[in-house]
Amino acid sequence: MSPNQRPRWLVPALVVVPSVGLATFYLWPFATLLVEAVDRDGTDAVLGRGRTWRIVWFTTWQAVASTVLTLLVGLAPAWVIARFDFPGRRTLVSVLTAVFVMPTVVMGAAVLAVLPDSLDRTVWAVLAAHVLFNVAVVVRTVGAVWEHLPADMEHAAATLGASRLVVFRDVTFPLLRPAMSAAAAIVFLFTFTSFGVIRVVGAAGTRTIEVEVWRRATQLGQIDQAAVLALLQLAALAAVATWSVTAQRRHSRALELRPLARPQRPRRRTDRRIVALVAVATATVALGPFVALIVKSVSAPTGWTLEAWRTLDTAEVRPGLSVGVDPLDALANSLTTMLWATGIAVVVGALASLGIAAAGRAGRVLDAGLMLPIGTSAVTVGFGMLITFDTDPYDWRAAWWIVPVGHALVAVPFVVRTTLGVLRAVEPDLSAAAATLGASPLRAWRTVVVPHLWKPLVVAAAFAAAISLGEFGATSFLSRRGNETLPIAIENLLGRAGSLLQAKGYVLATLLAAATMAVVLVVDRFQERPRS
Amino acid sequence: MNHRSRALAAAAFALVAGACASDGDDTTSDDTAVATDDTTTEVDATTEDDTASDDETGTGDAGDAPDGTDASASDSELADSITLVAYESFPTEGTGVNEQLANFTAETGIDVEILVAGDTGTMLSKAELTAGNPEGDVMWGIDNTFLSRAIAADVFEPYVSPALADIDPEFTRLVPNGEATPVDRGDVCVNYDIGALETAGIEPPSGFDDLVDPAYAGQLVVQNPATSSPGLAFLLATIDEYGTDEAGGWQSYWQQLVDNDVAVADGWTAAYYERFSYYGGDRPIVVSYGSSPPFEVLFADEQLDAAPTGVVESTCFRQVEFAGILAGTEKETEAAMLIDFLVSKDFQAELPLNVFVFPVNENVELDQAFVDYAVIPETSRSLEPAEIDANRSDWIDAWTDLVLG
Amino acid sequence: MSTRSSDESPVQPSGNAQGASGVDVDAITVRFDDHTVLDTVSMSVAPGDVVALVGGSGSGKSTLLRVVAGLLVPDAGRVRIGGEDVTERPTHLRGVGMVFQDNQLFPHLDTADNVAFGLKMAGIGRAERRERAAAALAGVGLAGFERRRVTELSGGEAKRVALARTLIAAPRVVLLDEPLTGLDRDLHDELMCDLAVRLRSAETTAILVTHDHDEADAIADRTLPLASL
Repeated sequence: MSPNQRPRWLVPALVVVPSVGLATFYLWPFATLLVEAVDRDGTDAVLGRGRTWRIVWFTTWQAVASTVLTLLVGLAPAWVIARFDFPGRRTLVSVLTAVFVMPTVVMGAAVLAVLPDSLDRTVWAVLAAHVLFNVAVVVRTVGAVWEHLPADMEHAAATLGASRLVVFRDVTFPLLRPAMSAAAAIVFLFTFTSFGVIRVVGAAGTRTIEVEVWRRATQLGQIDQAAVLALLQLAALAAVATWSVTAQRRHSRALELRPLARPQRPRRRTDRRIVALVAVATATVALGPFVALIVKSVSAPTGWTLEAWRTLDTAEVRPGLSVGVDPLDALANSLTTMLWATGIAVVVGALASLGIAAAGRAGRVLDAGLMLPIGTSAVTVGFGMLITFDTDPYDWRAAWWIVPVGHALVAVPFVVRTTLGVLRAVEPDLSAAAATLGASPLRAWRTVVVPHLWKPLVVAAAFAAAISLGEFGATSFLSRRGNETLPIAIENLLGRAGSLLQAKGYVLATLLAAATMAVVLVVDRFQERPRS
Repeated sequence: MNHRSRALAAAAFALVAGACASDGDDTTSDDTAVATDDTTTEVDATTEDDTASDDETGTGDAGDAPDGTDASASDSELADSITLVAYESFPTEGTGVNEQLANFTAETGIDVEILVAGDTGTMLSKAELTAGNPEGDVMWGIDNTFLSRAIAADVFEPYVSPALADIDPEFTRLVPNGEATPVDRGDVCVNYDIGALETAGIEPPSGFDDLVDPAYAGQLVVQNPATSSPGLAFLLATIDEYGTDEAGGWQSYWQQLVDNDVAVADGWTAAYYERFSYYGGDRPIVVSYGSSPPFEVLFADEQLDAAPTGVVESTCFRQVEFAGILAGTEKETEAAMLIDFLVSKDFQAELPLNVFVFPVNENVELDQAFVDYAVIPETSRSLEPAEIDANRSDWIDAWTDLVLG
Repeated sequence: MSTRSSDESPVQPSGNAQGASGVDVDAITVRFDDHTVLDTVSMSVAPGDVVALVGGSGSGKSTLLRVVAGLLVPDAGRVRIGGEDVTERPTHLRGVGMVFQDNQLFPHLDTADNVAFGLKMAGIGRAERRERAAAALAGVGLAGFERRRVTELSGGEAKRVALARTLIAAPRVVLLDEPLTGLDRDLHDELMCDLAVRLRSAETTAILVTHDHDEADAIADRTLPLASL
């Protein structure tokens, strides 16, 4: 054992808040869902209903279709970005990242805005939104591996007589496959639990399990059946996740970590054409819907108008009759909620990261535990919290902090992921260096390890802010009338038939998109600095 | 706790009924307040008797009594605002209803904030999820089709308003123990835009059967019965008409409606103001109220000699709407005062023109336009509350599968 | 110029002995953005000759090799292999073989499949591939290594596998891009001798790019400083 032990109280002191938070706001609601909410009648009703299995089938096939389409669409930009250098390359990456971070509701609104009316509220619109939304997952996950895949490896195959197509089939594709299946698993999980996109662009009858959980609980008041469906979905998610992990373990290649193969300017004219085509097409597809958002926010059946922007403080069907959503209030609520959620997520996430890094192996339990809320769907998280904290003295349904806490629960894993890597990288070596310079273990930790947290924490805070701004699933359960957040208001307004109400929905979606874009710029800026 | 308050409410109801029977005349809202005080004082006494074995005996456990006890103690102790949760078609400002609520504020010092909570089904489900820790203090507008769900979920704190004396017992039949308070009634009927049908050269429909005639393809917009009370009422009307047989029952009727391109909106407001052709939408036939035509006459931009919209009388379904104190509110006293006010003559008089429904208070005289243009069907359809209660969720499920896919 | 007039076009590096071809590089110019790396460079390699291109880093010697291999399109100039103009021809149809500094073994294939890759591209059946790969491995002192994962090979073993993989297909020209750079001294010297012997005995045309004059002298028939071209 090393004589350089930090005080025993350090790790417990760090992890107590994250652990208690996780136990209170995730594990307890989860247990409630499992033990209390599910009953025999509800189970029989859900499992015996033909509709349930049709919903399971729809959920599955649209997720598979979305995943396959996303992979197909994402491969070309992934290749162009990984292999070629061209003007606007970095911007294109930022744009795709921004699209990925976009709230699901905004994404749905954007697709609704850009597609012709005949495709609105069809399954095609759902698939289009899913593909657009997740293309960045493929570009980033597959692209990252592709960038590290030496061009010379493909060259070696070419010198051995392989044509471009064969090089891709026999060398590139097999090496990208683990990354592709990782991307596929992520896309599948996202689309399998699709909620915001379906609520906004889907028809009334288009329902994933996630939407059905929400509908049963909030429209039909069938808590028990909603709980059964939530658990059914969790079981499916767990199965897919397990399969994906084992599949990746089996397929993983010990790809030596090589330095980045530096992307080259395309030299052949055909290459230049292909690169330009793919880059322009990708940018158009990624940005077009957002331009359409803005256009829709200033459109009326009679022509161009700023009325929706001007009268954002009300949402009336006609004088005196309100739809119950105040767009400006929603904006204010979202910002307040975002500040609190970000604060909570950053503090809890930072404590957790420091604790996990300091605890070494034992930290993995907390690390894995904090990831659980992502694996569970947001709807399930919100639903569980709502039916758990309903009795005194734990009746927190009306507490102002319950929505921020719900958001933080979803955001903390991202904070931990963003910060933990940095901490782990500096942990043993830098502390040792500090020790040889005369710092006590605690002091070494405080002066050498902790300061490394600040920069990633800014990035983490930005992510948490983006997550809170866009969170829809948990909020659908936790938010109370009169305290709607932007995504709730957007969904509500876009669901109306009145053109001014819809335009206001597009206004809010535009604002939310702009806010998310700003967050991505912050992330970009802070992530780039250390490199340059 | 719950049993106890129910017993209390029952006792209170008996007392009120007795007191009112002896008074035997119309009570103004001021009198009502006084009556409240009197009866509840007696209820407290009853409490002590009933729970003699209880440790709390003699502590005057007024907190349990959902009533206006504290009103007499001191006005300054009243909260200065109260939240009325209502469905979307309840006006939030600028109408006679809102002026009346302002009068309530002037009289009591209690400001009434209206919280619009979507359509009835959505509003009720949220109330169920927040039962005991409600989003407001009083809820307006749970109708007879949804009422049993609200009662089963303990959404309301039972309360018997002294003002019930002016209300036809027909309407309190569903709430014998003060589970909620009837506030309005009406009929949900198929309405049509006379001008639009004329332009299209189509005769107004005469009943349910016409609506599945190809001549009426793409003309009708209805509400989703999962979220909307007129939507559910219309569904129940079709069930009343066609029955529940496998063949030829309501489901095959709805299949024909689907084949005839019926449109579905989430709620009445969206259907009437956003889809109905009279308001610029694309559908000349809409599920609305028997009282909709007079509204269009009274609020027309130019004077009309006849109603611009018509009602298909044979499709009407009887609707009674209720208000209740949301269980768990900290403002029970103020909530009770508001309930009393909501059934008072002055407030009820504003309902027809602003909420499209008829008053339940027998002392209200209807506006002449209503007498002239409103359709109050001779025999409105209805289903037994027990039957609705037993089948509602199955019917809605089946409807959803059938119509929304 | 060429020892054999190649009428089989496109040229496949088939398992059949192809014989060595000469290489002619004629006035090649390569520019990256505004920076000219190769300025009208010409050189000629006779069939069966082993030529070393030497020069400091950034002198463009690797670039020239890549132009010959067809991995890089020159801005101007022509490349001829065996007398044929291959400037526009894609790499896989040029009949060249190349050994890279960091080997570029395919991590998803085992050792034998790496070695046999070129044979597979040439359409040779599985059984024959297996047999010839085993023989080639034995030839570089790695008998029995067939099923080993290439990621688990030592630096010297990996280098030999890379060499075997290139030579097994009997390319018309072998290109070696700093093949021995980065190896430790003993291994470097051992492989250097090995390489010299193999290239000579196979009578292959080869172009070696290196910054190490001793290495150039040991392996090549003649050494060309890039600056002189």
